[in-house]
Amino acid sequence: MNFEELVQEAKKEYYSIFQGELPAILIGSATCGISAGANEITKVIEDEITRENIEARIIPVGCIGSCYAEPIIGIFKGKKEGVLYGPVNKNLAKKIIKENIMEDKTVKENILGTIHVNEAGTGGSFFESDFMRLQSRQILRRCGLINPEDINHYLATGGYTGLLKALEMGADEIINTIKKSGLRGRGGAGFPTWLKWNLCRQSNSQEKYIICNADEGDPGAFMNRSLLEGDPHSVLEGILIGAHTIKAKKAYIYCRAEYPAALKKLKKAMKDLEKIGLLNTEIVIKKGAGAFVCGEETALMASIEGRRGMPRTRPPFPTTKGLWGKPTVINNVETFAAISLIFQEGVEQFSSMGTESSKGTKTFSLVGDIKRTGLIEVPLGTTLKEVIFDIGGGIKNGENLKAVQIGGPSGGCLPASMIDTEIDYDSLTSAGAIMGSGGLVVLSDNSCMVEIARYFLEFTQRESCGKCVPCRLGTQQMLLILNDIVQGNGNPEDIETLHEVAETVKAASLCGLGQTAPNPVLTTLKYFMEEYVEHIMDKRCPAAYCRELMHYFIDKERCTGCMACLKACPNNAIVGVENEPHFIDQVKCLKCGSCMDVCREGAILKVPGPG
Amino acid sequence: MQRLRKILESYQGKREDIIPVLQDIQKEYGYLPENALKELSKYTGVSEGQIYGIATFYAQFRFKPKGGKHVIVCTGTACHVKGSDQIIDTIQRHLKIKEGDTTPDHEYSLEAVGCIGCCSLAPCIMINEKVISKIKPRQIKRLLPQKS
Ligand SMILES: Cc1cc2nc3c(=O)[nH]c(=O)nc-3n(C[C@H](O)[C@H](O)[C@H](O)COP(=O)(O)O)c2cc1C
Ligand code: SF4
Ligand code: FES
Repeated sequence: MNFEELVQEAKKEYYSIFQGELPAILIGSATCGISAGANEITKVIEDEITRENIEARIIPVGCIGSCYAEPIIGIFKGKKEGVLYGPVNKNLAKKIIKENIMEDKTVKENILGTIHVNEAGTGGSFFESDFMRLQSRQILRRCGLINPEDINHYLATGGYTGLLKALEMGADEIINTIKKSGLRGRGGAGFPTWLKWNLCRQSNSQEKYIICNADEGDPGAFMNRSLLEGDPHSVLEGILIGAHTIKAKKAYIYCRAEYPAALKKLKKAMKDLEKIGLLNTEIVIKKGAGAFVCGEETALMASIEGRRGMPRTRPPFPTTKGLWGKPTVINNVETFAAISLIFQEGVEQFSSMGTESSKGTKTFSLVGDIKRTGLIEVPLGTTLKEVIFDIGGGIKNGENLKAVQIGGPSGGCLPASMIDTEIDYDSLTSAGAIMGSGGLVVLSDNSCMVEIARYFLEFTQRESCGKCVPCRLGTQQMLLILNDIVQGNGNPEDIETLHEVAETVKAASLCGLGQTAPNPVLTTLKYFMEEYVEHIMDKRCPAAYCRELMHYFIDKERCTGCMACLKACPNNAIVGVENEPHFIDQVKCLKCGSCMDVCREGAILKVPGPG
Repeated sequence: MQRLRKILESYQGKREDIIPVLQDIQKEYGYLPENALKELSKYTGVSEGQIYGIATFYAQFRFKPKGGKHVIVCTGTACHVKGSDQIIDTIQRHLKIKEGDTTPDHEYSLEAVGCIGCCSLAPCIMINEKVISKIKPRQIKRLLPQKS
């Protein structure tokens, strides 16, 4: 079969899911879905289908983005639009099988919207919902709508046409195309991709390498994982286009070992690709071993070579001296997916989105104190406000927005007053944060900004490889100070010292880890100085978060004396008799919050100050 | 030993194989046994010291066996904001071990990791690969029952 015929077959098969006679059940089975119980739901559905003797197709798909509503299932029956439900529990799953599949009635519970999928594209009320309206799913366009382990689904939706186009082009034309697209690297620094490829291509060597950086080390981000789990071929296609352009001898994918599902899907995708004869460069998967610094390009290469993953000074840059001293291109997962997007759908479509200096879209993992969390994709230039309030639906439980943490341990915290900031490389950098790879954590009044800075510093301090002194000692010193402050042992001079150390570490560290590690401290000092002052001078945590600087308190007016908290307390710190207000022995209190969890009267409060 | 030989022989023994071999050994035994590292050193010709240097650099590797129930607490950003500190504290107090350790009866071991992928249901822990989300400190006792 030639490629055209393959695609025709694939289309017939794929689109029949959404138009065919046989009912189809799409189940979100990425890590987010599974952790919310997708496997149990799948089991229930399978059992129901067997019991009722229904003929139906069950199709495991990736994450459609609405992680807040997992487990999600989509029901497609006949020519009607499909219905997306979520969250779905076992009972709802049974009901959906009975009513939607057997009786052809839509169940009016937990509907996320309708969806239709055909050759002309996708649509439906789901894409008009508040969560989706401002998004533009380009990179993620297939996630949640294809079976990532079925290459036919990829081929049916334009897959590998980008590679075939690129194979017809010379390297110059490819690089020019990427230059025209305006694509900048999605791994954090935003380096122009065309320039990187061009530098490597011009390096004089018979032996070159290309690496896909799938080490995703930000402890609160999962964009790359979702993409690899939902549409692995789109990343492989980008890698192959790159390998062809720079004439790479071999390609490597360096993927976190903690991503077993992504690894499995990549392996399956590579096998299928080989079967259809398009795997024209050897691709080797290397598993990371849990070191954040290995996301840094030179450390990553040391790790592939089997050494301790320590960064080295640049220059020489990897494009001249990379893996085993040979010219190497290294790009992020999403950068490669953007490459296949550009070659499949055309340069104009890509560059029509975004701002002057930041083209295209960017994916973010949107988490924290927000109503709708999930994996989102927006055109660059979208404001933080639109992301938080329109897409995310605003802050949970009627609380107020305090800050947005963007860019993880290398990024910064921007205050609520800055939410009109546009998300693009330059606006974020000038605000003191960074785009990073896409972690976006929304923080409400209940978060302590000093503690957030401490958390990230604890992370970078632990992950510092120790090679250079400013990073190793500087992060340690900052962490000690911050530990003191949150424990109520801060001194007025600490703020000055923090500033000084932060600036030194930023200026004198060898690699990006050290250079960016002070960002969480510097931005919180800049925007939330009063919180530092309150911790240090008044020994109270205004958000009542830091354990030593807050206490739990029972409101006598509300306490009915039900004894629930008394029983729940692991340290017998609550005293009282039935039907009379209880009180907390502050000396014994472990501040675990168990009492607050069980109190039905809302009588237990968190109060700033040590009590 | 049989199992170890099999792992070693599936590689050529080049330097770049060391990390994948260590990963396979850990997968097989749940940790890196001392004599396995000795054998690896012989097989690759890389000194034991250097192999330790590599293994200790990467957080993934453990030098103590896991417990029957391996408890992983997510300390990723979303879970941290939602109080994963209290969860770890409670588990440490309950099992009387520190993060990274195994109980003397080998029933439980405890590990803290970055995001495990269910931030929207934070805070979460994993007990032998099964995720328990929106966990509260008071659930710990019931989730991790102790024999005595
Ligand atoms: C400490 C540190 C961690 C990093 N982690 C990652 C990562 O997890 N994923 C990634 O793609 N890039 C990461 N980077 C950036 C890489 O060094 C490199 O710039 C990037 O992979 C280049 O890809 P791009 O041009 O497509 O953005 C990290 C950098 C530093 C300094
Ligand atoms: S800045 Fe930190 S992580 Fe980077 S090389 Fe120096 S010590 Fe290592
Ligand atoms: S931060 Fe805990 S699951 Fe993501």
